[in-house]
Amino acid sequence: MKLPSSSVIASEAKQSFKDLIRSSFEQTRFQRALWDHAMVYVLTLCAVFMLFILFTILIHLFIQGFTSLNLDFFTQLPKPVGEKGGGMANAIAGTFTLLGLAVCVGVPIGLGAGVYLSEYANQNFAQVVRFMADVMNGIPSIVYGIFAYIVCVLPLKSFSALSGGFALGIMMIPMITRTSEQFVRMVPSQLREAGLALGVPKWRVTVDIVIPSALAGITTGIMVALARVAGETAPLLFTAFGNHYWQRSLTEPIAALPLQVFTYAIAPFDDWHRQAWAGAIVLILMVLLINGWAQFYVMRRNRWSSGK
Amino acid sequence: MKKVLALLVAMVVATSMAFADATLINGAGATFPYPIYSKWFDEYAKANPGVLFNYQSIGSGGGIKQISAKTVDFGATDGPMSIDQLTSAPGRIYHIPTVMGAVVIAYNLEGVTKGLKLSGDVLADIYLGKITQWNDPRITEQNAGVTLPNSPIVVVHRSDGSGTSFIFTDYLSSVSGAWKGKVGKGTSVNWPVGLGGKGNEGVAGMVKQASGSIGYVELAYAKQNGLSYASIKNQSGSYIEPSLASTSKAADGAAIPADFRVSLVNSANPEAYPIASFTWLLIYKQIDDHTKGAAIVNFIKWAITDGQKYAEDLDYAPLPSNVVEMIQKKLDQVKY
Amino acid sequence: MIRRDTSDIVFRRVLAVFPISILMLVAGIFFQLVSASHLTLNKFGFGFLFHSTWDPVAENFGALPFIFGTCVTSFVALLLAVPVGVGAAVYLAEYAPPKVSKTISILVDLLAAIPSVIYGLWGIFVLVPFMRNTVQPFLGKYLGFLPFFQGPNYGVSFLSASVILAIIIVPFIISVSREVIMAVPSVYKESAYALGTTRWEAISDIVLSYGKVGILGAVILALGRAIGETMAVTMIIGNNPVITASLFSPGYTLASVLANEFAEATTNMYLSSLIEIGLVLFLVSIVVNILARILIWSVTKGPGQEIK
Repeated sequence: MKLPSSSVIASEAKQSFKDLIRSSFEQTRFQRALWDHAMVYVLTLCAVFMLFILFTILIHLFIQGFTSLNLDFFTQLPKPVGEKGGGMANAIAGTFTLLGLAVCVGVPIGLGAGVYLSEYANQNFAQVVRFMADVMNGIPSIVYGIFAYIVCVLPLKSFSALSGGFALGIMMIPMITRTSEQFVRMVPSQLREAGLALGVPKWRVTVDIVIPSALAGITTGIMVALARVAGETAPLLFTAFGNHYWQRSLTEPIAALPLQVFTYAIAPFDDWHRQAWAGAIVLILMVLLINGWAQFYVMRRNRWSSGK
Repeated sequence: MKKVLALLVAMVVATSMAFADATLINGAGATFPYPIYSKWFDEYAKANPGVLFNYQSIGSGGGIKQISAKTVDFGATDGPMSIDQLTSAPGRIYHIPTVMGAVVIAYNLEGVTKGLKLSGDVLADIYLGKITQWNDPRITEQNAGVTLPNSPIVVVHRSDGSGTSFIFTDYLSSVSGAWKGKVGKGTSVNWPVGLGGKGNEGVAGMVKQASGSIGYVELAYAKQNGLSYASIKNQSGSYIEPSLASTSKAADGAAIPADFRVSLVNSANPEAYPIASFTWLLIYKQIDDHTKGAAIVNFIKWAITDGQKYAEDLDYAPLPSNVVEMIQKKLDQVKY
Repeated sequence: MIRRDTSDIVFRRVLAVFPISILMLVAGIFFQLVSASHLTLNKFGFGFLFHSTWDPVAENFGALPFIFGTCVTSFVALLLAVPVGVGAAVYLAEYAPPKVSKTISILVDLLAAIPSVIYGLWGIFVLVPFMRNTVQPFLGKYLGFLPFFQGPNYGVSFLSASVILAIIIVPFIISVSREVIMAVPSVYKESAYALGTTRWEAISDIVLSYGKVGILGAVILALGRAIGETMAVTMIIGNNPVITASLFSPGYTLASVLANEFAEATTNMYLSSLIEIGLVLFLVSIVVNILARILIWSVTKGPGQEIK
């Protein structure tokens, strides 16, 4: 992040330093040293406490998850209520389908908006759009679920993969817009100027030079957005709805991993609990994998730019 | 990135191509009959591979709402639709009973694994928040010889729109004037006290987790999860343990109307368990899609005859034979 | 000079569709929510927000218990998460060896990526029993004189929901605060040392006083997430619309009532009131986000740069 302008800092700094000098006269040297020491412990304690809790959760998830996994989980359909065994194969496939649909909705709009903001927009308009994108990013996911129910499920007269993908897709838009704008903007202006100097129209420069140069960054942004919506449950509750079988068409309800984890977690059956843990670990690994993929792109981009 | 995109699109297409030859019928609603329905759909799919039934147990309220919005092909409920709901639906809706079940009062009390006895008015007062301790004299006087702890009663009810709630509140309204006046009956009501669990699954899960809790669930959920459940005092004054036999008795002598919307709670039969009910499928009289219509009707015909044999294993009472005959006539009127 | 040909103008206009569609989406969500909740808007007006009955039988609806639940859980979550989170961030930025700091930050980011339904799963099977058997009896015994810690102990409660929310938002607070703190130029700290301050004095009086606006922005963004958090809260709050001082009591929040009841509201009035709750959630999250953005932008001087 950037800091406030120097004049602001200077005036604030003066005030802070004045306070500092005054307060150091008010306390004895011993008191100050004591505070200094105590705070080291307090802050370390904060960090250790935090880490302890977070680690406990993580370790618990991993142990419970991995001990619950078996081959059936990846290959079988859910069994009737109360019967042991079965798996979430259809839910795993369903999650991938939903993510694919979300990409179809989120990427064109997000990328298009990002490129426009960077290359064409006047500042006031760009400011408004950025602001709206940030606001959109903060809207609770369940609200997107309601929106998709109203504009997708009711007119289509059916819960469907499409409406679930639509809900996840619009959630991706603001994230992709913001990241792709940033990365497109980072493309050196010499590249653009070189293209324009050759008499190539600006749109060709944008499509053939600017976007490909920023592609690694844009992909990273898409991956991060994808990882975030992959675990979303709330927007799927009344759009994708769930399905006990393999999906056959995009206009029918579809199973999704997070949805299945939720259903199984609140149920009383022990075997379902086991499968919920297994689903959780698969979901976590999926999110981490997508994030890792994104990191890989960033690293590759860095290697390129440092090589230049 | 193009590769990634292509991969994702290919995935979408591939998965949606598979199984394109089967008909998928979507249904949603009651959690009360979910164990038997999911068994039926599983068995039926084995015998008829061309038809798949996808049933989401979201609660009876959901079943009524989604069939009225036509977002599903059939609904399911344990509380019959009201006249208002029926008239505001976009078409004529039929109620088709499938099995009978008992709503049991499950509890989690250390040392009292069996045989707690409760009467309707005590139950109503527990759910009204008037009785808050397990060793309240009104509970202990019905349970001589049982040591009840001096601990608070953790009341659990449904958080979603539920037919099980309908049956339960219907019963409480029929035995307690205070309940009828203050709360009434419905798939969702304004609960005076307690925690909400989502679905029969959620309530059973909560009762299982919290000691000192009491909740109402369908018999199958209580049995499958090893929950203790109470005997309930019926209209003729005897404490009846919920079972297949005592559930079946609730329909004995009850007059079944032509539209099947009948309440079986608080039966006058001296051997009947008082909190029992039919559970219904909701279908349109006029089903727009011919293939789906035929599949639904054929399935129901199978369920009320061959399918009934699966009911007992899962602690549901089979339909009385006169009701089966009535349903078969009714199904002939369904157009598709 | 850029050559203007028709293709360029066409491209620009086509591309402009995307940023405009972002604005249309936000407006569309608002419009859809308002029009779908007109029944209750007309019937109850603003009274909907201040009315505490939720009675689907009598069709008498008020959102106050849910607003109360959302406020209480978010507030308590911030109370738990902010001191520890900011403390841990200070430790990571100022005290920890760079390698440790970097490793921990990666772990913290990992935790931020875990889907909330998985926190809910962990909440049901680990947190709730722990709260019921250990934490709540302890609080009841030693702090039972306070109205917050009275009443029957179910395990599922406002307090449990607040704890899970705190765990969900703490990685977020840590990572943003750490960035903010690290962005303070070391020259200010060094000048403070030159004046003879202790390390803690330099941190508290100089570093934190510059970072405070950014940290406040981070906290408000975290608040936004807490308000909209749906799945984890739904799974462990107990789902009962009450207004009470006791944190041991089960409660309900705006988001969780939607998750539970939206798909099954039987009457139009019921559905309309749920959608109005969605509208409230939408508006509240927009206000919170605007507030946070203004604070963060005041530090970063506009939305171009982003705190990552």
